[in-house]
Amino acid sequence: MADDPRPLSPHLQIYRPQVTSVLSITHRLTGVVLAFAALLLTYWLASAAYGPESFARAQAVLESWFGRLVLFGFTFSLFYHLCNGIRHLGWDLGWGFDLVKLRLTGVLVIIASMGLTVLSWMLAYGHVGKL
Amino acid sequence: MVNTPQSNRELRSKLGRVRGMGSTREGVHHWWAQRMSAVALLPLSLWFVYSLITLTGSDYASFHAWMSEFGNAVFTVLLLVAMFHHAQLGLTVVIEDYVHSELWKMGMLLVVKYGSVLFAASGIFAVLKISLAG
Repeated sequence: MADDPRPLSPHLQIYRPQVTSVLSITHRLTGVVLAFAALLLTYWLASAAYGPESFARAQAVLESWFGRLVLFGFTFSLFYHLCNGIRHLGWDLGWGFDLVKLRLTGVLVIIASMGLTVLSWMLAYGHVGKL
Repeated sequence: MVNTPQSNRELRSKLGRVRGMGSTREGVHHWWAQRMSAVALLPLSLWFVYSLITLTGSDYASFHAWMSEFGNAVFTVLLLVAMFHHAQLGLTVVIEDYVHSELWKMGMLLVVKYGSVLFAASGIFAVLKISLAG
């Protein structure tokens, strides 16, 4: 079946990216990213279960610049997936399908997820007291 | 339209319609499970982000004290269950959509399904070990 040269419809390369399509694929992308975040969470919990030394090592890795960069990406992925997930649940309830609402909620998702990410990191740094 | 004999154009059998399981024979179960776990994850993940903010830069002693609290341990276990269930459901759809080789698809689905159970179990055991160990 795969060898049969059937006609294909124009795909991603043809269509102009729109708010709706870009947000849709980003939802999937952040979902996959969050699966890796879940693995990191398990590693973090396991490191604490192994004792103070391994937990201190895990904390040192996470607090390095690279660790922070990864965690920042995970934070944004979480808030994006969460906000856009609420948008999805709205659609499941039959709300927000017309183009105006579709674009408005899409822009709101982008603003909210960025805002919540920055806010969380400001609060975290404020908690440690070294902004 | 009024007098169109619907039964002549309906390809699904009456039994198939009553059961409502569709071509994949699992009905809306996957879809529903994804929504149920998503709704559970809304408060759980927000609680978790808040917790991580308060735990930023903590050493083992303060983390141990936090995890030893009843509510924190229970919510972390619930988070792990809902999170890995939801992740596994989502990754399954992604693999089914993009991986077309049957062998690769089966292999990756196996890794995702078993892996999510393995990591969830490991996470839950870690929580119990931290919170129950004096």
